[in-house]
Amino acid sequence: MRKLTLAIAVIAPMLGHAASAEDTIKIGYIDPLSGGGASVGEGGLKTFQYLADELNAKGGILGKKIEIVPLDNKTNPQESLVQAQKAIDAGVHYITQGNGSSVAAALSDFVTKNNTRNPGKEVLYFNYAAVDPSLTNEKCSFWHFRWDASSDIKMEALTSYMKDVPSIKKVYLINQDYSFGQSVRTDARKMLGAKRPDIQIVGDELHPLLKVTDFSPYIAKIKASGADSVVTGNWGQDIALLLKAAADAGLKVNWYTYYAGGAGGPTAIKQTGLDHQVFQITEGFANSGNQAAMDFEKSFRAKANMSLWYPRAVNEMRMFKAAAEKANSIEPVKVAAALEDLKFEVLDGGQGVMRKDDHQFFQPIYISSFGKLAANEPFDEENTGWGWHLVSKVDTPQAMVSTTCKMVRP
Amino acid sequence: MLELIVISTLNGVLFGMLLFLLSSGLTVIFSMMGVLNFAHASFYMLGAFFGFQLTKWIGFWPALVLAPLLVGAIGMAVERYGLRNTHKHGHVAELLLTFGLAFAIEEIVSMIWGKSPVDYRVPALLDFPAFTIFSTNYPAYKIFMLAVSVVIFVALLIVLKRTRVGLIVQAALTHPHMVGHLGHNVGRVFMVVFGVGSALAGIAGVIAGPALVTQSDMAAALGPILFVVIVFGGLGSLPGAFIASLVIGLVQTFAVALNGSLASAFGPLDPSAGPSVLTDIWNVTIAQVAPIVPYMLLVLILIVRPMGLMGTRES
Repeated sequence: MRKLTLAIAVIAPMLGHAASAEDTIKIGYIDPLSGGGASVGEGGLKTFQYLADELNAKGGILGKKIEIVPLDNKTNPQESLVQAQKAIDAGVHYITQGNGSSVAAALSDFVTKNNTRNPGKEVLYFNYAAVDPSLTNEKCSFWHFRWDASSDIKMEALTSYMKDVPSIKKVYLINQDYSFGQSVRTDARKMLGAKRPDIQIVGDELHPLLKVTDFSPYIAKIKASGADSVVTGNWGQDIALLLKAAADAGLKVNWYTYYAGGAGGPTAIKQTGLDHQVFQITEGFANSGNQAAMDFEKSFRAKANMSLWYPRAVNEMRMFKAAAEKANSIEPVKVAAALEDLKFEVLDGGQGVMRKDDHQFFQPIYISSFGKLAANEPFDEENTGWGWHLVSKVDTPQAMVSTTCKMVRP
Repeated sequence: MLELIVISTLNGVLFGMLLFLLSSGLTVIFSMMGVLNFAHASFYMLGAFFGFQLTKWIGFWPALVLAPLLVGAIGMAVERYGLRNTHKHGHVAELLLTFGLAFAIEEIVSMIWGKSPVDYRVPALLDFPAFTIFSTNYPAYKIFMLAVSVVIFVALLIVLKRTRVGLIVQAALTHPHMVGHLGHNVGRVFMVVFGVGSALAGIAGVIAGPALVTQSDMAAALGPILFVVIVFGGLGSLPGAFIASLVIGLVQTFAVALNGSLASAFGPLDPSAGPSVLTDIWNVTIAQVAPIVPYMLLVLILIVRPMGLMGTRES
């Protein structure tokens, strides 16, 4: 025991010293690196590390190097706060997180409180994937910026596409039982009801988040309901296992998803043989046709050994640089001010804007389907030989939704 | 409706058999040695990862034999160098040892294979739909899992109840000194029993790995439900564990299939009461609480029949 105390006494100051070095900009990456969300969390980490390397190779931001600090939150809000505090103690002024809106809500709240209590030591929170609309509405915060489209923006685009598909008659909703999943189901009901009142909702299922190991019972239920289409916001192992169970059972329906492209999803879709029957809604994808994006995809795949799931992470990091240069400072308050209303040419082409009112980024939205590749589509997924194909594109102005945010500014 | 019942029954039996595959080793160890092995699910995880690794190197079928042997060997080492020393300090020490072991194994596994799921696939030989009911396919692999579970159940029963080995093993638990005086090496008997129990978990891991997800938290995810199975079935009773596995598999599957809620049975609450915690509870469907149903069963059986369905031991 005495030895242990001694070891801590020797090592602790060294850690403290390393943390106080100010020639780098540390970005705390708080996401699941274990548990059911680990596959997406590790994918995100690789993406951010790649982007940091890319920025560093070009001289960093205002001459400072970027360093990504990985912190495992196990998709748990409580654990995330512990990790966030750890990051702040180690001198981090920027944190980024994406997986789990419950985590995002907790973090946003935590960062806001932290910044009120510690003026001069503010922390910004860059959200790249948590899409619960409340984060930019009633729970909005000056310190929170979101690069992904919120789930109501995505659902708006998705239902606009679905309303023109006459073969959709019976829709089954299956979602994770927490804030995001619930917002997907309510948005889907509301928007489908308004746009296509003739569509019947034959099932509306909520299941525990990242806890189900076998989805066969749910698949049996979908089958029994006679649905021709399924709408799901599932992510992580929940979408991969859902598609896998569907593949095993041979369920032939159309899938309208937010995240079918995540780890394991493409493999399962190929296995079901659902050629162009699984749709995904994103802010960009490998075969979007934009040359810059495709070049990026190619070099990213070569180095990270995965496909780019998060074009928005590219936008996030590049906009961070643009904002810091505009403000000529890396102080969080100045960067935040510079980000507001910042217009930016997004990776997949077209202009996006970070709306000042609610710190929601608006950008073109794509609906793509997964299946056999056409001649001008070079990228497949997970070595299946199948890839994403453009089905529909919604431009930035049409993707705007209103907000109820009443932002408190410092 | 008939379709849903038939398919849910099948799904329930398949899931139940997987549970049995997992809990059989735990039951054997408990019934023979009186040790409640908290690390059992970790041995299952080791089985899955060894299976994955060996499959990559030498193919699935050799892995199916080798991986459980490896896990069994680790189990024997744990008994010989760990449990045997703590045994004299009583059951609590043994329990704590296996408890700590579970965490250690999880950390080691995530250090070696990482925390993300590994790409462990169903072998090509079994990757086809075995049969189709109501246009729902049943993968041959799941039928294979079912068959293995049944074979293991029968084999274990025969060994324990009908052979000399089983006789000695059972005697060694209640009368270790007597068995020792008769010339049997009691220590070795315990070691082998623990090894066999661990190997059974290993088999479950190799087989369940491709069907579920092989990742470093799979032990933590399945561990709790195993305890439900063996407590519900009766601590130490193999047939009990078999029945409990089936019951829990079926209950959970059917719970998912049911959309009923208190509101649908008794009508919605008076709207004038407004939205409150009560209306939330009133509207929760059975499907939503399906994952906790097994744990409710656990609590219930402990109150009503503490020794479990077929248990004889009052503990």
